[in-house]
Amino acid sequence: MLELSHLVKTFHPGTVNERRAIRDLSLTVPEGQFVTVIGGNGAGKSTLLNLISGALFPDSGSVRLDGQDVTFLPEHRRARDIGRLFQDPLMGTAPNMTLEENLSLAYLRGSHRTFAPAPSRKNEAFFREKLRSLDLGLEDRLKTRVGLLSGGQRQALTLLMATVATPRLLLLDEHTAALDPATADKVLALTDRIVRENRITTLMITHNMASALALGDRTLMLEQGEILLDVSGEERASMTVDALLERFQHQSGAQLVNDRLLLSRG
Amino acid sequence: MTAVALRGAIELGLLYALVTAGLFLSYRILNLADLTVDGSFTLGGAASIMVALTGHPWLGILAGVLTGALAGLVTAVMQTKLGIQPILAGILTMTGLYSINLRVMDGRASVNVIGKVTVFTPFQNALGDLGKLVLIALVGAVALGLLVLFLCTQVGLAVRATGDNERMVRSSSVNVDLMKTLGLVLANALVGLSGALLAQYQQSCDVGMGTGVVVIGLASLIIGEAVFGTLVYFCTKRQGVLTGAGCAVVGAVLYRLIIALVIQYNNAPALRFLHITASDMKLLSALIVVVAISYPALRSAAALRRKRARTQKQAKGGGS
Repeated sequence: MLELSHLVKTFHPGTVNERRAIRDLSLTVPEGQFVTVIGGNGAGKSTLLNLISGALFPDSGSVRLDGQDVTFLPEHRRARDIGRLFQDPLMGTAPNMTLEENLSLAYLRGSHRTFAPAPSRKNEAFFREKLRSLDLGLEDRLKTRVGLLSGGQRQALTLLMATVATPRLLLLDEHTAALDPATADKVLALTDRIVRENRITTLMITHNMASALALGDRTLMLEQGEILLDVSGEERASMTVDALLERFQHQSGAQLVNDRLLLSRG
Repeated sequence: MTAVALRGAIELGLLYALVTAGLFLSYRILNLADLTVDGSFTLGGAASIMVALTGHPWLGILAGVLTGALAGLVTAVMQTKLGIQPILAGILTMTGLYSINLRVMDGRASVNVIGKVTVFTPFQNALGDLGKLVLIALVGAVALGLLVLFLCTQVGLAVRATGDNERMVRSSSVNVDLMKTLGLVLANALVGLSGALLAQYQQSCDVGMGTGVVVIGLASLIIGEAVFGTLVYFCTKRQGVLTGAGCAVVGAVLYRLIIALVIQYNNAPALRFLHITASDMKLLSALIVVVAISYPALRSAAALRRKRARTQKQAKGGGS
């Protein structure tokens, strides 16, 4: 379970460039819930994920994961429990190392690293099986350098790496935005399946309103560092993209300015 | 080349292979240009000589390894905790070490152990002329073997990945700063070991012993990769950690052979006008590194120029 309480984050405080990225944001995500997050550019989506992952620390407020206060825990310590994917498919994998080495490194997440051999032969069949489940033909390429894979393959591998040692929380930051539409659909379907199978508590940022409603159990809309909209259950199930947009305009009391048009309806 | 010169070149090559292996770890694997090496090499030599003078040559070698490791630790702390740029951190340690090395050597610019027992003495007594070579090969094999084994462990895997994609390593719950520190400490321990052995090998240590060692090491590594690395890749289509260690050894030995050949033939008609001496080898090393590292940039610039020329020609031909 993830509990955020009264998070505040301001960039460049006290200067002309002061920007309040997150303003008094509180949120509770129960165990196993899959939350999709939408919002225009600068709404604070990525900052929110950075505060949760430990890439940034908040000015005030707290982050609790399964009851433990992790607000100021360094990123690499928190990463024991948190898996994260970025928009850039190159960010989540080491290009000059093999698939097997990448997976070995990720598989040891959260455990104490020792002087035991790695990659070890006893994991090979397990990794092969996991790669087969991606259905991308990667199971026969364990000894291939990851840099030789396509962006979509690398992002699917990153997804596998983030979940191969099941995390308590999975953070997805527009992880399909840089992929072509067909590959993006495939990676999204994989995401949905892996999250469901392992019942992983998940926060997924997306620019695509349709997939924000189609995937997961709950949808949040962020605007100027606040949660503007929080729908789940029946209401969400019957919601269309148009209804979502309407609710958004109504709630924000503003017209659709340019950056909000970046939210794609498709 | 005479047998003596050949053996000398191989001995020196294997000694310097430890420096090259250290640079393989810091420069190739961690992607850090670590200039500590010039200082930690001399520090290892100075510590080794001073302890050997007290009659404990093996303790001297150990002192060389430990002081080298300590120098690496200082650079690593500057880089990871104090926010000093990696290159500058190395330069600062190297500069500071110059003064420290003089203090270690009791303020003398040069110290020798001629007539004293070194680690080589028992081997020379037992095996004669081959004694030195056997000891160097043994120590080198053990040190490089340990390095390769380490890089194939879970911790070693994390160190290797740190140089490849830091962000991914951090999100795999690895302390990146710790991995960099570990890498720099090990790399400089190897360099310290090299300096320590070399000092006892030549029975003396002088304060300028380490000048340019980092460039010599890089040049050796590049030569090794070009020759041995390419060969291994051609045969197996793979390049692992073991290949890297092999490149360090082959490159360092080839480098010494090149020097020996250049010095032997510096009176040949084609080379005589250059008046090449041993001291010119640092310039040659620097040139090798410049050419090897700039090669990809020069190649793509040339390709772009060709492409532009071709399109312009086509535009002219197709126009009117």
